[in-house]
Amino acid sequence: MSDDAVSPEEVRHVAELARVDLADDEVDQFTRQFAEILEYFDALDEVPEVERDAELANVMRPDEERDSLDREEALRNARETEDGYFKGPNVS
Amino acid sequence: MGSNIFITETTIEGEGDGDAPLAGTTVAVKDNISTAGVRTTCGSEMLEEYVPPYDATVVSRLTDAGATIVGKANMDEFGMGSTTETSAFGATDNPAAPGRVPGGSSGGSAAAVAAGEADLALGSDTGGSIRCPAAFCGVVGIKPTYGLVSRYGLVAYGNSLEQIGPFAETVEDAAALLDVIAGPDERDATTREPETNGEQPGYADAATGDVDGLSIGVPTELLEGADEGVLEVFWDALGELEDRGATHHEVSLPSVEHAVEAYYVIAMSEASSNLARFDGVRYGRSGGYDGNWNETFATARQEGFGDEVKRRILLGTYALSAGYHDKYYKKAQDARAWVKQDFDRAFDEVDVLASPTMPVPPFERGESLEDPLQMYLADANTVPVNLADLPAISVPAGETDGLPVGLQLVGAAFDERRLIRAASALA
Repeated sequence: MSDDAVSPEEVRHVAELARVDLADDEVDQFTRQFAEILEYFDALDEVPEVERDAELANVMRPDEERDSLDREEALRNARETEDGYFKGPNVS
Repeated sequence: MGSNIFITETTIEGEGDGDAPLAGTTVAVKDNISTAGVRTTCGSEMLEEYVPPYDATVVSRLTDAGATIVGKANMDEFGMGSTTETSAFGATDNPAAPGRVPGGSSGGSAAAVAAGEADLALGSDTGGSIRCPAAFCGVVGIKPTYGLVSRYGLVAYGNSLEQIGPFAETVEDAAALLDVIAGPDERDATTREPETNGEQPGYADAATGDVDGLSIGVPTELLEGADEGVLEVFWDALGELEDRGATHHEVSLPSVEHAVEAYYVIAMSEASSNLARFDGVRYGRSGGYDGNWNETFATARQEGFGDEVKRRILLGTYALSAGYHDKYYKKAQDARAWVKQDFDRAFDEVDVLASPTMPVPPFERGESLEDPLQMYLADANTVPVNLADLPAISVPAGETDGLPVGLQLVGAAFDERRLIRAASALA
């Protein structure tokens, strides 16, 4: 295992950034698997710097008003709504 | 149905009369492609009850062409897997090799065609998710050039990599389905009109089987480590093409040695961003209303996502996080550009490239779930194509010990017709 093998604390930190709760056994499992996977990803160090001249062009369309999903349809999959709005949890 | 091919069985009738191109044809649609009024789960508990309010562009094109959709096909959760075993709705058996996986992530789509549950199917391919199950189930699968088929209504996983594409028993039938779904869509700004010289015949018309004078490159790196039996079938199929006037040459693509890690870093990074929308507020499993919003989102995502999805979201978040971005994400983008350049160079010398689609025959069910890295490595021959935005086709090449083997042909961008012409010599 390389020096910078992942620690359980790092797995918890990344999970917090990604807003995914983890049970203790998930932390153990991911710590073990991430060490192996990231060690494999380290082979990217051997990739030379490459000139990346992507021939990309923006595709624009006129900014015109057009029909969109109606409110009732848009709200149909939400667990809770209020006065035609989505209802979410408290921000803090 | 014991084989668990569909997550939802349904009937969406096609429109038009008997002259419509797909009149009387049944199609299975992967369950990450939106169908208005029919639930679309992505194989995830997160979206177990999600009912899209609109159709994906490919779905409207199917029904406009007269096709009847018969079900939403099983898949690895959010397209993340090569076996269809990460589906929250249970694994699908391989109709061509009972007891084995059908491949993934579009395993239900390939199995539907192989089992005769549908004439045709649609899947999506982010790193091989059409070609792998096509190879494992002994059917034809096409991954189109990035930008040929609209992704509007496809639930995003790795949106710089993925394309929707067809499955069928024969190359001609798969090409006929491509004729229906291909072409620009104002709702997907990455679609474009293929660069062509004037009027082009349809894709299905290209299925002539004519390979006389075709120059086939065989990348040595894509044969390394492949199963002996798979290689034997591969060389036999190549011999068949040579009997019909094609020639083969060895070519080298040194960059593909780094394709798997580059692909996974990019796909996981994109996944961590794309799947951030699943917080249980607008749709999907809710985390309830106790606690603040970070807490309830984290609860919804713990309960709604399976192991492989969590793994990829976390690894993608890690690869993009401060201090690691240059080491992983930036290097992966360098590798992606390098892979593209290697393919461009190869197509200066040859018309198409050939390899086994998968280096191994279909896994036994349950074999690979405990070791994610081993599962990623099995994608070595398919992921370079997505990194380079190119078209590819997997066509049945034969069997080893009774297990299907697929041959992959890769073409230059928007050169689908040449791939279809060549592959139709085999199926």
